[in-house]
Amino acid sequence: MSFDDHDARGASRRKVLECMTWAGTGVLWTLSGGVPRSLGLVDAARAAEQQASGLTFLQISDSHVGFDKPANPNAIGTLEEAVNRIKAMPVKPAFMIHTGDISHLSKAAEFDDADRIISQSRLDVHYVPGEHDFLDEEVKLYKERYGKGTRGAGWYSFDASGVHFIGLVNVVDLKAGGLGNLGADQLEWLAQDLKGRSRSTPIVVFAHIPLWTVYPQWGWGTEDGGRALETLKEFGSVTVLNGHIHQVMQKVEGNVTFHTARSTAFPQPAPGTAPSPGPMKVEDAKLRSLLGIASIDFKPGAERLAIIDTPLAG
Amino acid sequence: MTGFVSFDRSIGWALAAALLGFAATPLRAETIKVTIDNFTFTPAEVTVKAGDTVTWTNHDDIPHTVVSAGKYRSKTLDTDDSFSFTFAASGDYKYFCSLHPHMTGLVKVE
Repeated sequence: MSFDDHDARGASRRKVLECMTWAGTGVLWTLSGGVPRSLGLVDAARAAEQQASGLTFLQISDSHVGFDKPANPNAIGTLEEAVNRIKAMPVKPAFMIHTGDISHLSKAAEFDDADRIISQSRLDVHYVPGEHDFLDEEVKLYKERYGKGTRGAGWYSFDASGVHFIGLVNVVDLKAGGLGNLGADQLEWLAQDLKGRSRSTPIVVFAHIPLWTVYPQWGWGTEDGGRALETLKEFGSVTVLNGHIHQVMQKVEGNVTFHTARSTAFPQPAPGTAPSPGPMKVEDAKLRSLLGIASIDFKPGAERLAIIDTPLAG
Repeated sequence: MTGFVSFDRSIGWALAAALLGFAATPLRAETIKVTIDNFTFTPAEVTVKAGDTVTWTNHDDIPHTVVSAGKYRSKTLDTDDSFSFTFAASGDYKYFCSLHPHMTGLVKVE
């Protein structure tokens, strides 16, 4: 299988699907002028080389601290393993984003445990909430701990190495029968946030639930995600990083690359392959091959952005 | 044999308690069960009488909620947690899980 023939018009659907299959084993994606090209399989040394200049940041997601069901009775242990992998990286990343479901049930002790473990990475962490982070009776713990300087339910933006990062919240005020939801206030804020920004500014958007429709039968999508993307369509390089579905998926549409990260807690089934999207129990030996982290590399000169998914094992 | 004696005695107490409770509530009030399995309310639609209680029990490994906008709202139901609501007035009560809004159900109260 070759990935070298992605032409300037972008990858065909078939090729994207092929690459999705390979993503878990270390395909290095690059983004050049908004069109992703795959450089093929890389080893850790090659990846380290790629990260030697420019901006490298990490994504972890869906740590579900407090989860103890058969799909992974020790979700806290696998989060520790993920953080140990981060600590062992040859080049220290600039920072980390966490795309939500930090806790399983929004208990103070779960947030405490998550903070204790994640802080061992010694990286700044930019969080967005998942639906599991808003379950406390007064819906205040997430905002108290992670919401400083954010708007609404916790959205915000920041800049790093010439890249504009936008953290969105699509897990509140969900409507019966619907999908994830951004809401009018947040969309208005987004438009203002992007106003006057150079169209050549690389944009990274991160949110918990996929902004594109992955599988509506399981609620895997965002009702008004298309409106957010409409606001972003003038930009030459847009990367959308999500979690929620506990598996790697990638899609390319025009100048936008969509990518979902693995969970550090438990896998979920591929769309439609199980009666429900609930935690997927696999044999113990296989679990760590389905959990992991993502590393994202941006090179200013080349306008390149690479996403490397690394499983905890296998 | 002592075990059997105390068993009978506890049954007696349970019966007495049940009879007392029975006398205090309308004769026809019932409790209807709805289960949550595989991100689905089952049965998705139930028909009850005014005064009846519906009890939802979550059997998934993922928490769910039961929310009927403006009418009732459960706490987050972790695995094997239950929520009950007694319907005093007739009408159609649509509800959903506020965490997984594709999960919907209906209680028809006659």
